[in-house]
Parts: sequence; C-alpha cells; structure tokens
Amino acid sequence: MMSSFLFRAMDARAGIFLALMAAVIILVPVGNLLVPETSPFHVPTYAVTLMGKYLTYALLALAVDLVWGYCGILSLGHAAFFALGGYAMGMYLMRQIGTRGVYGDPLLPDFMVFLNWQELPWYWYGFDMFWFAALMVLLVPGLLAFVFGWFAFRSRVTGVYLSIITQALTYALLLAFFRNDMGFGGNNGLTDFKDILGFDIQADTTRAGLFAASGLALVVCFLICRSVTRSKLGKVLVAVRDAESRTRFLGYRVEHYKLFVWTLSAMMAGVAGALYVPQVGIINPGEFAPANSIEVVIWVAVGGRATLVGAVLGAVLVNFAKTWFTAALPDIWLFALGGLFVFVTLFLPKGIVGTLSDGWTALRQRRISSDFGEGSGDPPSQAPQSPGAPANVPPPGPAVSRAGAAHPQPAE
Amino acid sequence: MTRATSLLYLDGVSVAFDGFKALNDLSLTIDPGEMRAIIGPNGAGKTTMMDVITGKTRPDSGEVYFSGAIDLTSEDEAAIAELGIGRKFQKPTVFESHTVWDNLELALKAPRGPFSTLFHVITGAEKTRIENLLELIRLTDKSSELAANLSHGQKQWLEIGMLLAQDPKLLLVDEPAAGMTDAETAETADLLKDIAKDHSVVVVEHDMDFVRSLDVKVTVLHEGSVLAEGSLDHVSADERVVEVYLGR
Repeated sequence: MMSSFLFRAMDARAGIFLALMAAVIILVPVGNLLVPETSPFHVPTYAVTLMGKYLTYALLALAVDLVWGYCGILSLGHAAFFALGGYAMGMYLMRQIGTRGVYGDPLLPDFMVFLNWQELPWYWYGFDMFWFAALMVLLVPGLLAFVFGWFAFRSRVTGVYLSIITQALTYALLLAFFRNDMGFGGNNGLTDFKDILGFDIQADTTRAGLFAASGLALVVCFLICRSVTRSKLGKVLVAVRDAESRTRFLGYRVEHYKLFVWTLSAMMAGVAGALYVPQVGIINPGEFAPANSIEVVIWVAVGGRATLVGAVLGAVLVNFAKTWFTAALPDIWLFALGGLFVFVTLFLPKGIVGTLSDGWTALRQRRISSDFGEGSGDPPSQAPQSPGAPANVPPPGPAVSRAGAAHPQPAE
Repeated sequence: MTRATSLLYLDGVSVAFDGFKALNDLSLTIDPGEMRAIIGPNGAGKTTMMDVITGKTRPDSGEVYFSGAIDLTSEDEAAIAELGIGRKFQKPTVFESHTVWDNLELALKAPRGPFSTLFHVITGAEKTRIENLLELIRLTDKSSELAANLSHGQKQWLEIGMLLAQDPKLLLVDEPAAGMTDAETAETADLLKDIAKDHSVVVVEHDMDFVRSLDVKVTVLHEGSVLAEGSLDHVSADERVVEVYLGR
C-alpha cells in the first residue's frame, strides 16, 4: 500500500525535477566549499544563502499550490504558517545563545532581560531542545490551520470570503506579535543567533548544510504533494475545486478533504519558515504582513497553478527578479511585480509550466495525427481532437491519473 | 401507503424562501422498486423537492423518511448520498477537468473518507464495474477523454453513469432529456427503463413525449403541492391539470 503510494509520485516531469534538484543540492555546496575562490566555478557564500532562501520560498509556494491549485482554496494567509514555523525555529536558536548574549543571562534571551522579565514564560520551555522545536515547527502551524480550517470549512466559507479571513488571520497575528508582552521580542523579533545543533551559524559549512537541508525538504515535500495529488484523494480535491456541491452529492465530506490538505499545507509552510530563519538570521513580525502572503500567490500564478513544479519555478524566478531589481532599480520593483501579475493573468493564465506543457501535448498530438495520416505506424491510441477542444489531451490508458494536467479554475 | 413499507415518504413538507412558498404541504410516497415521473410547470417546486430529499434544503415543517425509518431532515448531503440516494442535476454537472474514467471512479461506491482515498488502489472488480458502466452509457471509446470535451448529451449520460456507479437505492433524475435530440431522448428513456428494473427512480421532466414513453405513474406538482396523481392519461384528463399545465 505504502509503496504504491510513493510509486505514484514518479513520472517524467517529476524525474526531471528531482534530477535538477539533486544536481543543485550537490553542486552548489561543492562549488562553495571545495572549489577554490579563484576559480570561476566558485560559489560565494552569500549566493549559497540567497539560493537557500529561494528554496524555502519555493517550499512555501509548493504548499500554496497544493491548496490553491488542486483544491481551489485561495489562501492569502500562508505567510502566517511560514512565520510561525520560523518563530518556533527562532526560539530554539535564541535558547542556544545562552550566556553569549549582550546581557549574558544563561536562561533569558536578551530582549526579556531588557524588558526586566524575571523568568522564562512557560511557552518558551522545551525550546532549548532541537527535537522539541522541530516538533513545534510542524505542530503549531498544523494546529492553527486545523482549528481555523475546522470552523471555516464546516461553515462552508469558500471563495473570496475565505481568502479575506485568511488575510485577517495573518494580520491579527502580525499585530499580536508586534506586542512586547507577547514574549516574542515584539517589533525586533528574534535575532543575533549564534549556532544551530552546535554548529556556528555563520560558518560556510553550516550555510552549505542549511542550503542542502532546504533542498532536501523541498524534494521530500514535493514527493508528498505528488503522491497526494495523484492519489484518488487528489482526484477528489480537483473535483471539489471544480464542482464542490456535486462532490458532496456523491457522498464525499468536502470539509474533511479540505481540512486534510489545508493542515498538510500549513505544516509544509511551517517547515519552510523554520529553514528560512537560520539562513536569513532574523524573524520578526514583518513576516506576517498580508502583502507577503499575496506575493506567494503571485509566485504560484506565474509558475503555473496545479503543476507543483511551476510553483517552485515561479518562486525562484520571481525572487531572483526581486533580488536583481531591488539592487539595480529599487524604485521599480513593486511596479514590476504588479505588472508581472497583470501580464500573467492576461496572457499566461496557466502560468509558465501550464502553458509549456499544453504546448508540448499539442505538439505531440499533431505528430501522432500526422503519422496516422501518412499511414505509417499504428493507429493513434487517441483520436485527434477538434480544434476547439482544449489542448491538454489525457494520455491513453484510463487508470493514469492526470490531475496534474487538469485545467485549474479560477478560485472565485 | 404507510411510512413503514415505503422507500421514500414525504408528509406535509413545506419550504418557504423569503415568504414565497416553494413547497406547500407536499406529501408523496415512493414504493421500493417504483419508477415515478414528476411533472409540473416552472416554479411548481420540483427542484426544491429534490433539494429537500438530498439534504441541500431543510424543510420548515413536515417529515421526510427514507426506507421507512431514516429521518432525512437530520442528515447532510454526504450522509444522504451514502444512505443510497443519488441525484442527477438539471444542468449536467460532471467533473470537467477529469477524464470520463476518473469521473466514474470517483462516483464508484467505495469508502469516502480522506484516508481511504489517499491510499486507495483501484481493484480489478472496480475496473470491471467501470468498464461495464462505460459500455452501458456508450462512452467506452471516450474513457480517457476529458469530461469537458463531451457533447451535452454525452455529459447527461456520463452523469447518469456516475449515478449508477454510486449504486444507490433511489435515483433522483432532474430533466434527463433537457437539450437532447429526439434520438437521444428516446435512448435515454430506454436507459432509464432499464435502470428502473433494479432501482427506484424518480424522474422530473417537462417533455411530455418523454414521460409518455416511460409509461409510469405520474405525479403533477403545482404551487408546491400535489395536484394529481395516476397514469399519464388519467392526469391529462384532469381539468385542473389541463388548466395549470397541459392546456397552455
């Protein structure tokens, strides 16, 4: 049962993606650590960290694609789960500082000493242990998503209404985390980290290790998403996206399906945040900003909804553009981002990957039908379609799941 | 007819939307194995009645029982579908971005929980069942086609196939012949008669020729309650029916 579950995750597109990821995960750290600095193939440390950051963004985008692309839940609050995962990791990193802080208090982080707190709040207990923090990285976003989803999906809140309350969720957390008496460092957040699992957080080797960990997390989550979306559950999700009430009348409890995929997605976002924080060296309430969540949606739209690979590609491309723009033309960036979103919505509604794979299937279709027309080879297993029909023709063989090539519908 | 021996039992059901009485003290009984046609002018409450039976709308008053003992007013859509009531909508509603095969696989009677579907592996028996259904609804050569690419009539048939895949005890079929050619309509009538051999079926339809070809007991709805009941010839002879519906 389990093996067939995992086996489903694989096909050509996933294979290409995994091969690329394997190359990146190996070559970038090697280029940084082993290639001498004088060589043109040397990868500077800042670039390793930057790319590591992109990978965590890609994981966040993957999480959004899972709920938006496949189940039609347009979340405009996924940065909240990302930031919560980040805070859980940040709390672990703060506890690792120990007496090396400015005030040298063995137990209390600097900001608590500064606020004249006498003892550690109860919710900071346990974060000195990595396993506990790692568990919280999954549990805190997961639990919040579960509770939020339980109420929202049971009350059948859908479409823009759901999007708006996800924005409210992340905004409420933003305001809460800004408060000093919440005990999360207020405005300044958590920073000045020293080491992680005993390794110096500034060292090149640690940075390369964090990069590789981000890449691995992305690969693992990608495989989980593939297995989920290509299972029968994945087909039910797409059914919910396209015709929710029909799915109900077939006997599926739509709210359970949404809750499952929503919670899974939030946990992935939490992992992304936890890997992001040690690489950028700070987590503050700004990560909860509503605009951040909206940006993630743009990454997914650019790359292509309901493609998984597209979400990763979109996140990396847009963030690469952002890095370049904010250095070269800082005033232009927001206009460029807005323009990009308008362009993609108007001209590439399926995103980069969606458009490419449509073009590819159309091409293959044409080749098959022209072969058939010349009388060479066997008759096509699939009759050519009328020109008006959508181009993404399913491969022959009825049992093949093709949720990945499905037309994503607008969320609302 | 008593509640205990009925398959579907509606008694005194009323539903109002903003003061408009969509159903007004409606009482209706369907026997096990029966096929029933329901006709009535627009706004007579046909679709609202289906909404009440399938749990989409809660009645303001009245009783709705399935198999004599199960109170449908306290169940939701998914639970009612699991009990064995399948519904075909007036506008064909299939999953357009799934293939014909996947549409049937989703409808196939099987555990409906998220974890059962997550680890579900299609069995040989399920494949055979889907292949048989494909043959019945004449979509065998379209099985890997996206449902979006089907013609209107084919979508109607696919939806009927999905209904059968659920293996329900009672099928509620809302205007199955709408938008079909005469030939398709005739074929649909044959298909429904075939289905009625081992299922109970309630058909809502406007097309009188279609209803005639079904040759079953007819219930005429008007302004949310039953106006007449009996064979088509019997109800067509009823003056009130002629006045509100047939005569126009």
